[in-house]
Amino acid sequence: MTTLTVGRASVPAKYLPVLVTGCLFVAMFVAGGIRYEGFASGQVILNVFIDNAFLLVVAVGMTFVILTGGIDLSVGSVVALSTMIAASLMEGPGWPPYLVVPLVLAIGSGLGLVMGYIVHAFDIQPFIVTLAGMFLARGLCYTIGTDSIPIQDPTFTAFAQTRIDLFGDLWISPSVVIAVVVVLVAVYVLHYTRFGRSVYATGGSEQSALLMGLPVGRTKITVYTVSGFCSALGGVLLSFYMLSGYGLHAVGMELDAIAAVVIGGTLLTGGSGFLLGTVLGVLVLGLIQTIISFEGTLSSWWTKIFIGMLLFVFILLQRLFSARSRR
Amino acid sequence: MKRLLWPAVVLALLLVLNVFFTPSFFSIEVKDGHLYGSLIDILRFGAPLILVSLGMTLVIATGGIDLSVGSVVAISGALACLQISEDASVFTAVALALGLCLVLGAWNGFLVAGIGIQPIIATLILMVAGRGLAQLITDGQIITVNSPAYKVIGGGYWLTVPFGILIVIGVLAISAFLTRRLALGMLIESVGSNAEASRLAGIRARGIIIMVYAFAALCAGVAGLMISSNVSSADGNNAGLWIELDAILAVVIGGTSLAGGRFSLSGTVLGALIIQTLTTTIYSIGVPPETTLLFKALVVTAVCLIQSPSFRAKVFRGRGRAKPSSAAPEQKVKVTA
Repeated sequence: MTTLTVGRASVPAKYLPVLVTGCLFVAMFVAGGIRYEGFASGQVILNVFIDNAFLLVVAVGMTFVILTGGIDLSVGSVVALSTMIAASLMEGPGWPPYLVVPLVLAIGSGLGLVMGYIVHAFDIQPFIVTLAGMFLARGLCYTIGTDSIPIQDPTFTAFAQTRIDLFGDLWISPSVVIAVVVVLVAVYVLHYTRFGRSVYATGGSEQSALLMGLPVGRTKITVYTVSGFCSALGGVLLSFYMLSGYGLHAVGMELDAIAAVVIGGTLLTGGSGFLLGTVLGVLVLGLIQTIISFEGTLSSWWTKIFIGMLLFVFILLQRLFSARSRR
Repeated sequence: MKRLLWPAVVLALLLVLNVFFTPSFFSIEVKDGHLYGSLIDILRFGAPLILVSLGMTLVIATGGIDLSVGSVVAISGALACLQISEDASVFTAVALALGLCLVLGAWNGFLVAGIGIQPIIATLILMVAGRGLAQLITDGQIITVNSPAYKVIGGGYWLTVPFGILIVIGVLAISAFLTRRLALGMLIESVGSNAEASRLAGIRARGIIIMVYAFAALCAGVAGLMISSNVSSADGNNAGLWIELDAILAVVIGGTSLAGGRFSLSGTVLGALIIQTLTTTIYSIGVPPETTLLFKALVVTAVCLIQSPSFRAKVFRGRGRAKPSSAAPEQKVKVTA
């Protein structure tokens, strides 16, 4: 294995993209701290977590799929569908949250399962199957209702508004705790279980994995189910954050999730990447948003151009550093 | 071409379905020297999608993907309308808009081939920033223009045929000639199946990749002109929104693999026509707007299932005789990589 020597310590080449992303993230944070007053505080980082807890969960699911060499475009609309189902069931028939949340999670996983089965059993490209899934979930949202439905369930809103105080003045929301738990479980599953190994093997070379006797079909179906579950959970977290269900929630979130995964150094061809990278990717996207909000006076189109530019600079630097040290 | 059989069957089925709801669906007539009819409408309104999909086909053939076409559609329409509203001649406006699109496409290609960024991210940058750029050009407003000459591109007629259709035929003929009569198509396919190997074989892979992205952006630019000229206005926010997804869908329905390495221009045209016919069908059979996407999802799934050889094998074998027990999916070993 090629290694890179940094001072005295040597880093295996496979950790390099994650490392570069991490360093760039820190550099970006320091640059923000120098430029804007009040930027360099712990709460800014925690706010990035609070505002992006749902994206983090969704991106975790996406990482599983991309590691097998697939892609899941349906996540954004499954998130929207979850908020919609949760809101309509709690507001209309007045179902309690402890019934609604498991139901939403089951529906999300079910959708993922079906898509995974179609991808595997009929050999159709994941991009298209999940694109159809995206249309389906978004269409189901509009079938439920075209307006935004507010969530007023007392238990649900109480949980959503809870603040967990850490030391000092720092605080986080329960969603962050859920997201962190999801990340930890996912890291464990990917690196310490048989299923995790199969995910990497399937993405590395599907045929070799098959010839080795690994359950490729089951793995592929499972990763889409995991992604469906994560999207549904992300939807629940988003409904904590927004306290409403709406068919236009999370439009384009699939691209954010894919961008986060790729920024984190995972290859879209599969088989190579780390979950920690995905976490960093989400943080980078969140930090870009924070910088925009600190910048303040940008009009909506300059915001988009600025996001694109920051994304470009980031990816360029990441690419340059990884390419140079690989030589 | 056996590959085109199933898309053609699907298109025919969709068209026939329409006849049940509108009996006059297939009739084409000439009024005031213009062709009229539902079929002509499908071609006319489908023209931008066909163009974008043609460009997308070549990009996908090199193993890439271009998410930025929707933004490029918006930018080209916005720039052309801005120029015309500032009293530039239509020719200058169109040339400037298409020139900018070429630059943007070359930029995409440079990011992919020159710097080596994964295509989906490289073009995502322009997808996000380009939408902002289009709004910057229009200053966040909808620019309305009143120029008969500009109106011709998307809404005009020439020799009784809508001008948009002629543009599509022209672009299709040129790209078919370049890729199927010259070696270019083969070079694109070889770059798509293995960029490094084709570079070693003496193919200038970088140049080819930059070229296909520029071509895709140019096609998107022409589509943008058509869309904005058809409504005589430019909307930086909504023009061409999500057209990239429809285009990718059209390409894949047409039998081009997203893995790259081979492509079918005629398949793509069929795919784009299927999607446009689907949209028309949704309106003509009166599917309520809330369930439009559901309907689309079902048709797309059905189309993909019909096209999948393993689905046909399973379904048709299952109907013919009792399923042999050895047909369990887990044991199926794929030989093709």
